[in-house]
Amino acid sequence: MTFTDGRPPILQVKNLVTRFYMPEGVIHAVNGVSFDLGEGETLGVVGESGCGKSVTMLSVMQLIARPPGRIESGEAWFHGKDLLRLSNEEIRHVRGAQMAMVFQDPMTSLNPVLNIQKQVSEPLMLHLGMSKNQARDRVIELLRLVGIPEAEKRLLDYPHQFSGGMRQRVMIAMALACNPQILVADEPTTALDVTIQAQIVDLVKRLRDEIGMSIIWITHDLGVVARLAQRVVVMYAGFIIEEALVKELYANPTHPYTIGLLGSLPKLIEEERRKLTTIQGRPPLLYEKPLICPFAPRCSYAFDRCWQENPPLAEVDTQHRVACWWNVKEGKARNG
Amino acid sequence: MAETNGVLLKVDNLVKHFPVLRGVFQRQVGAVHAVDGITFDIRKGETFGLVGESGCGKSTAGRTILQLYRPTAGKVLFDGIDLTRIRGEELRRMRRRMQMIFQDPYASLNPRMTIQEIISEPLQVHGIGTPQETRERVKELLNIVRLSPDFAPRYPHEFSGGQRQRIGIARALALQPDFIVCDEPISALDVSIQAQVINLLEELQAELGLTYLFIAHDLSMVRHISSRVGVMYLGILAELGDVKELYSNPLHPYTQALLSAVPVPDPVIEEKRSRIILEGDVPSPVNPPSGCRFRTRCPLAVDICKEAVPEFREVRRDHWVACHLVKPEESPRL
Repeated sequence: MTFTDGRPPILQVKNLVTRFYMPEGVIHAVNGVSFDLGEGETLGVVGESGCGKSVTMLSVMQLIARPPGRIESGEAWFHGKDLLRLSNEEIRHVRGAQMAMVFQDPMTSLNPVLNIQKQVSEPLMLHLGMSKNQARDRVIELLRLVGIPEAEKRLLDYPHQFSGGMRQRVMIAMALACNPQILVADEPTTALDVTIQAQIVDLVKRLRDEIGMSIIWITHDLGVVARLAQRVVVMYAGFIIEEALVKELYANPTHPYTIGLLGSLPKLIEEERRKLTTIQGRPPLLYEKPLICPFAPRCSYAFDRCWQENPPLAEVDTQHRVACWWNVKEGKARNG
Repeated sequence: MAETNGVLLKVDNLVKHFPVLRGVFQRQVGAVHAVDGITFDIRKGETFGLVGESGCGKSTAGRTILQLYRPTAGKVLFDGIDLTRIRGEELRRMRRRMQMIFQDPYASLNPRMTIQEIISEPLQVHGIGTPQETRERVKELLNIVRLSPDFAPRYPHEFSGGQRQRIGIARALALQPDFIVCDEPISALDVSIQAQVINLLEELQAELGLTYLFIAHDLSMVRHISSRVGVMYLGILAELGDVKELYSNPLHPYTQALLSAVPVPDPVIEEKRSRIILEGDVPSPVNPPSGCRFRTRCPLAVDICKEAVPEFREVRRDHWVACHLVKPEESPRL
């Protein structure tokens, strides 16, 4: 896919398959995921725990533990290179420098025995070959950029001396250290309180507009995605089941899972109380290779075909793709 | 059974401090002011929502109300009886009528006990029923929470988070309580499962006439389930009111900021909403700020906020707020 402005995507993931070979069986975590990320675009990746949203990005950055994990097939094109074919040495230069990641838990992703200056300068000295003094100046600049007050006084502080929100800012400062072109944020605000979450989302938005990087924002929170993303992919059982521009997805959810997910959320702004719609049952355990529609067992629209073939992701409207045999709006089966 | 005006629970100036100990002799050098004087009523059959960010004291408040922590000061009147003054057998009898549902369905069920044992434990503790009656009751309770009675001999690890939370609810219902404290009952669950548990809680309330204290940080869910809501900040109640009134007309600057910070799952609304971004973090409850506790983060703070503790007062019918700047005719807007 090319984007509206005609530029090619900065990252292009094709047919990614990742499995985990566990003692109790094979877990089919990612089952043929393809998506593009535009330059300067913020892509929301939405789904519940175990849907493969984190494993997809960890695979692209070659960060899954191997074994038990294995990338069975796929490509991830970034600046003319397939990230999945790079050696450990080569991918290390991409990670941290051109693509950086912020994780969910700011309490555990920082090294507790290193002070902030050491942690944040590490990528600067490693990837950019800065001297200690150069790195120090850049660290102060970065900490100011992410809004840590009195940055120069806090350089020698340790992570436990920072609050959760401040630690997440330090994580973002580390991720931004080498001016990455892509920032992958994996549930970066889930462990934070709403007022702190608002601070962080605001910060990321500002940085995106100032620096112009592309962002992949992985989350289960459909509210944060509505605030931040331009385009959204919804994942279920290791598949992308719906993909659309953010306004289109919320105004016109088409996959029964997306419809159910949006219906199960209570509204902050809501006139009358209504019963929340629920999705019956729970997500599959992924021990078997999914040959039918993975959502069929929980789907109130499922019919014969859903139990026979897994629907491919197909275009239903401009830039709106859905993997479903049933057209909910028109109440009939889809062709193809 | 209920008191006048249908009030089931009256919390009066409840205080819970935890000592901060230091040194070889564990001398007390200070106190965590977890709950620092909160006052509210819960009416029979209603759901009272208690919201606030982590560390605001909402969970401590729930546990202190149930006397799982003994309060430092204040009263908790349940059906007219002051729970803080009774102990031993008398308190144990009252406890039958009050139960709790916990946040983490993975930590709150003993992994070595079968579902039968878990759900029947409260019956055993209170010496109710023969073994035969207990087995029947467990089956009945599993049915009530929409689980199969065949699950009784199985162990917690065989169940998903949502099913475990139902088991926790069945256990809480075993003694036919009037009042249940739900402490973040859905925050550990996936989005599609949360709605299942919330709907179940609502159905049970209608069927069994339960009264809930619903403690949560998810403001949208609290709005959905509650009839009245209290907003806590650093150990005190900042604001309390009817759910519609509070969400459409928040008076306290903190409530206004909190509500504006919640992302709404609708990009069209999100585009138009203005957001109040609060500076800084919540201060330590060991050393709360003088005067108004919110003043260190409040963009509207003036001198008086530093000097005097704002009184928690009813500024409109059934709408309480603790802020110097709020007046009946006009309230501050951020």
